[in-house]
Amino acid sequence: MKRYFKDIWDSFYTIAIGMGVTFRHLFRKSVTIQYPDIKPELTERARNRLYVNMDDCIGCDQCSKACPVNCITIETVKAVPPDDLGVTSTGNPKRLWVTKFDIDIAKCCYCGLCVYPCPTECIKMTDVYEFSEFDRHNLVYNYSTMTPSEVEEAKGKFEKWQADKAAAKKSSTEKKKEGSEKPKAKQQESGEGKRSDSPEDKKSES
Amino acid sequence: MPELRTEEMTINMGPQHPSTHGVLRVELVLDGEIVVDAIPHIGYLHRCFEKHSESMNDYQQVIPYVDRMDYVAAMSNELGYAIAVERMLEIEVPERVEYIRVIMAELQRIASHLLAIGTYGLDIGAFTPFLHCFRDRERILEIFESACGARLLYNYIWVGGLSHDVPSNFKDKVRDFINYFPPKIKGYNDLLTYNKIFIDRTADVGVLPPEVALNYAASGPVLRGSGVDWDLRRNDPYSIYDRFEFDVVVGKGEMGTVGDCWDRYIVRVREMEQSVRIIEQAVEQMPDEGDVKAAVPKRIRPPEAEIYARTETPRGELGYYIISDGSMSPFRVKGRSPCFVNLSVLPAISRGSMIADIVAIIGSIDIVLGEIDR
Amino acid sequence: MVETLEQFLPHPLLAIIMHAALPMVIVFPYVLFAVWLERKVSAHMQDRLGPMRTGGWHGWSQTIADMIKMIQKEDIVPSRSDKFLFKFAPFLAFMGAYAAFAVIPFSSEYIGAHLDVGAFYILAVTSVVTLSILMAGWASNNKWSLLGAMRTSAQIVSYEVPTVVAVLSVIVATGTLNLMTISEMQTGTIFNWLIFSNPFLLIAFVLYFISSLAEVNRTPFDLPESESELVGGFQTEYSGMRWGMFMLTEYADMLLVSLLGSVLFFGAWNSPFGDFMSGPVWGVFWMVSKGMFFIFVMMWLRWTLPRLRVDQLMDVCWKYLIPIAFINLVLVALWEMLF
Ligand code: SF4
Ligand code: SF4
Repeated sequence: MKRYFKDIWDSFYTIAIGMGVTFRHLFRKSVTIQYPDIKPELTERARNRLYVNMDDCIGCDQCSKACPVNCITIETVKAVPPDDLGVTSTGNPKRLWVTKFDIDIAKCCYCGLCVYPCPTECIKMTDVYEFSEFDRHNLVYNYSTMTPSEVEEAKGKFEKWQADKAAAKKSSTEKKKEGSEKPKAKQQESGEGKRSDSPEDKKSES
Repeated sequence: MPELRTEEMTINMGPQHPSTHGVLRVELVLDGEIVVDAIPHIGYLHRCFEKHSESMNDYQQVIPYVDRMDYVAAMSNELGYAIAVERMLEIEVPERVEYIRVIMAELQRIASHLLAIGTYGLDIGAFTPFLHCFRDRERILEIFESACGARLLYNYIWVGGLSHDVPSNFKDKVRDFINYFPPKIKGYNDLLTYNKIFIDRTADVGVLPPEVALNYAASGPVLRGSGVDWDLRRNDPYSIYDRFEFDVVVGKGEMGTVGDCWDRYIVRVREMEQSVRIIEQAVEQMPDEGDVKAAVPKRIRPPEAEIYARTETPRGELGYYIISDGSMSPFRVKGRSPCFVNLSVLPAISRGSMIADIVAIIGSIDIVLGEIDR
Repeated sequence: MVETLEQFLPHPLLAIIMHAALPMVIVFPYVLFAVWLERKVSAHMQDRLGPMRTGGWHGWSQTIADMIKMIQKEDIVPSRSDKFLFKFAPFLAFMGAYAAFAVIPFSSEYIGAHLDVGAFYILAVTSVVTLSILMAGWASNNKWSLLGAMRTSAQIVSYEVPTVVAVLSVIVATGTLNLMTISEMQTGTIFNWLIFSNPFLLIAFVLYFISSLAEVNRTPFDLPESESELVGGFQTEYSGMRWGMFMLTEYADMLLVSLLGSVLFFGAWNSPFGDFMSGPVWGVFWMVSKGMFFIFVMMWLRWTLPRLRVDQLMDVCWKYLIPIAFINLVLVALWEMLF
């Protein structure tokens, strides 16, 4: 019997306490913001949409290798002697035409792993977060600044250059009569000038 | 008069159901409102975490995937994985990094428990505590965001270090939070924990006796709710947890039987208080200077070895079993998921209860489907 | 009132229709307002703001926009459902709720029907809502809906008992079933209200309020829909305007029990200050604001409390409310005899 009345009392008492809490909250200032009117301030480290500063990109493919979901696709063509691409703002020489630099933002998981290995610090995460699209394909961002005709041109030049090389080599090997793969490769490299970054080596070989 | 025949009704709870916390499907066999049997079906969120990890070309690249296992406690997952790989590589992590990791992991524990108790209120039918919890969780997420730029999936704890050093006002922010937070716990208690209806709904419901909990290898608040005093932070200290003073909270059956839903719930509430204690001590002791990337290896190439490392995440014992074949990418990464193991007690403790109790029980186990299905 | 209307209108039938539609003038804007209010109350209790955009000031037209949206929505009827019952149930529900307004005295001049058995009529006619919920749950051919419907019938049938006994306490005190007469008996200042005339009527009011919460399926007794257990309960399969009708019914029911509560205990359309601010039009004002107060309390409860389990719901009714209500009835009668 005592329990019976205690239960009744407990119910009323705890409900009253709870109602007190909610009533006090009725007059508190709200903690939410009116989003499109007031935008939340993001920290400087905010990891949202990627941005690539193509002027600085040397096409080394490091970012694409670091990406766990393979959403960066890079294609490069080697620049041949008469064209000089100059150096990046960090002082690294540019030796490759970056014919394709696509980031599929729809796939990106914003992990930021691509940012760290970049030797020229040209791939960055920005605080832009409003970039939704109606079509998923619009989320593939093409960062390459080259037009298709320029790409063709670069490719053509490279092929021509390679053919010239091969012809030159052929004649030289015929002269020397000791043709093997290695010296060929070396010759090819020396034709491009000296290089420091090992990833570039890989790229040009492939 | 012929005897009236009644039939059992089979009903699908989920995968689209408001209270199965994701895409769990529970097949309920009902006799009226009484549950005769409950069979959980999982796998709707399977994303091949383990297979993915094998195809990564780097140990570091696994971390974003680890984040996505238990997506409400990503920091804790990263910590476990980082510790496992570090043990393989035999790396000593700088002091400062250890402190930051502990603070982050404990903040994450609070955030995760806030979500758990908030959604638990929601399951029981109280909407308001849920948003109050989110309000406070937001503050933790802000701290995380200022440290690493992301709010949910951090990729912050790296093998051997951290992705960024903490911002300069980090200590103040954490101190602000630990001053702000304890009074709020009282608010939750007034609104939800000690409410008579809430107690009626959860006490003596889904009782998980300690032996059963141990037999099913349950861990975390589910195990402690049954009165088993077991916490990896104390029983098998990793990182620098042996330097801090804190109590391991166990369920005592205050409102009903030991191991009921209310006990599991209150363990979470009180664990938040203990986490605040740990953070307080860690912030005081944390060294101000130090390079957080000092021990980050250039290339992670562990020797041929296998390792099992376990940590106490908000949901229980999270273990990583990693086999390395000496190459750059892991040969096998197996996650021992606490939620998966905890969920397996569901049929055992839900027979004979009512539909509404099933909701209460699932909520009190606090599952995250991302981790169960991986 | 009908006579007055007949003077203005060309046909007596038209006057009768006008007369019958008058509560609609209060009910519809009220529902739009109450849904908006519920959103605001819940939002502010949760440190949010709620809808802020539609219509400018604090999103006042949000519910109007919602209603337009609901009307435009596709009318989905599950293919394996009992089509007739499925389509008919929402209308029946609203009919039941609306019919009850006929005997609510909105002001000293307006009451739909001067029934001498007004209180009895309300209790009878509101049960139609139960029937419609049962119809909806059964016709949906969905197990969750069925469970919700079964819960409803059990719940409302049980809670009808304490409600009736609590109303009976008032009737014992007043000696009439006519709600207009009950209202007129409370004319004067606030101290003439029935709730202050007899201490046991205060208990009766608490009982009435609790059990009426269950009658209109509000938290903590919202088991028929209990969205976290039964998905949506009896309305799981409903969408668009048919769902809107159930919503309308729920809010109309809330208004009904609140108004009935104020008629029975809180002086109906009487001003609390005696002659000050009293009159037929002020009567409507007092009636509606008393009703709104109880509706606010209902919302307040809803956003504070968790939900009971179905067996506990029955416990509360049969073990607590009903015995207390009966004892209380005897005490009310004794008090009336002695004083
Ligand atoms: S942020 Fe992560 S997922 Fe996105 S492109 Fe960079 S590495 Fe890939
Ligand atoms: S790592 Fe940097 S420089 Fe290299 S390809 Fe990527 S963006 Fe360009």
